[in-house]
Amino acid sequence: MLGTDGKIRLDDADRAASASRQPAVACPGCDLLQCLPRLGPSARVRCPRCGEVLATAPVDPIERPLALTVAAAIVLIVANTTPLMGLAVAGRAAQTTILGGALTMWSQGQALTGALVAICAAIAPGAYLLFMLAVLTAVRRPPAPPWVGTLLRLAGHLQPWAMPEVMLLGLLVALVKIAELATVTAGVGLYAAGALPVLLAAIAVSFDPGAIWERVTWVGNETPPRIAPR
Amino acid sequence: MTSAGLTAAHLGLTTCATCGLLSRPASDTVPGHCPRCGASLHRRHPDAIQRTWALTIAAAICYIPANALPVMITTVAGSATPDTIMGGVVFLFTSGSWPLGLIVLIASVLIPLGKLLAIAWLLIAVQRRALGGERARMRTIRLVRLIGRWSMLDIFVDTFTVALVQLAPLMSVQPGLGVVFFGAVVVLTMLAAESFDPRLLWDRNPLESTHD
Ligand SMILES: [Zn+2]
Ligand SMILES: [Zn+2]
Repeated sequence: MLGTDGKIRLDDADRAASASRQPAVACPGCDLLQCLPRLGPSARVRCPRCGEVLATAPVDPIERPLALTVAAAIVLIVANTTPLMGLAVAGRAAQTTILGGALTMWSQGQALTGALVAICAAIAPGAYLLFMLAVLTAVRRPPAPPWVGTLLRLAGHLQPWAMPEVMLLGLLVALVKIAELATVTAGVGLYAAGALPVLLAAIAVSFDPGAIWERVTWVGNETPPRIAPR
Repeated sequence: MTSAGLTAAHLGLTTCATCGLLSRPASDTVPGHCPRCGASLHRRHPDAIQRTWALTIAAAICYIPANALPVMITTVAGSATPDTIMGGVVFLFTSGSWPLGLIVLIASVLIPLGKLLAIAWLLIAVQRRALGGERARMRTIRLVRLIGRWSMLDIFVDTFTVALVQLAPLMSVQPGLGVVFFGAVVVLTMLAAESFDPRLLWDRNPLESTHD
């Protein structure tokens, strides 16, 4: 009934799901129905038809990302409050921060660009870390209230717009360009900006949204519906 | 992959786009809400083709002024020099930092152009109900979503250069109008990649119309 490739046949979908005690899932990439095997630690399952990652099983999906989120939040604050780099030429000096850069763009007549930089470099990563902090703290004692699901969804929407790694490379290119014209010095913020992409990537790897959803109370306290063919 | 497989659509089931729960919608015409998280259910992303085309075409239009207009204006001792994106690339190449020049060339010129072409190719494939090559198209959409954000690079370079080099009258840098169009290209192509529904690529598969 359940092929080695994980595909399900029409009349066996429900039986397969209940026999393995694992819910059936449809691949988000190609809609193929399949039953996920029980995953060992650090395992990853891909869809046999389209190759999309269907499930991951990080070793410790709550405490580890929580610790990383706290660390990343501290680093983000340092990156935003200390100068990223300084410049000295002919006896004059200048320095800048992330939001200082966005504000300069704004005041130079590029309000939209300034806003975009502020969102991608500070607001989106900040809100993402804040929501993750709330979600991960709340699910430590299941069942978690439904607002955890709402925050998790918002964090998912914010994730593509948090670009600390792109900002870091942008900073380095700007440093090299300006170094042609003046003496540039790296500030504390630059080191914090260097650590941030590493921490955010570590959160993404150690985190499993599925593990959170399993601990969230269903809207209206329904029991899981039977997923059966008509 | 020609062996029989069954999709959620076959069984009239819908995956929640928010929490991933597979459930039976209230009805085919009004799918209702996910029983777990309460989000609206959609069998496929709503109006995926139209929305993705609209965002892609808007991005393609913005791509022209983004490259033609200056992104930075450098003023040294009273004389102003406008720089386009390609001008910035040429500056990096000629000033000896060709590896950085190459990175900016890829991130600012090739990635946005490649994204526009790739999304258009995927949309045409869905509309023509092209058979075969679904796995290659799947790899393409995953790549577009993965590397799309890197085209923000030039926006950050311009921002930090402008923020730091404000030493008028000695030397100062102002942002040019090109930068806002370039930002629009990045945002619009990212939204287009998200609004596209990869399941549409597979719905054209004969698998969809066979029941065994
Ligand atoms: Zn798949
Ligand atoms: Zn849901």
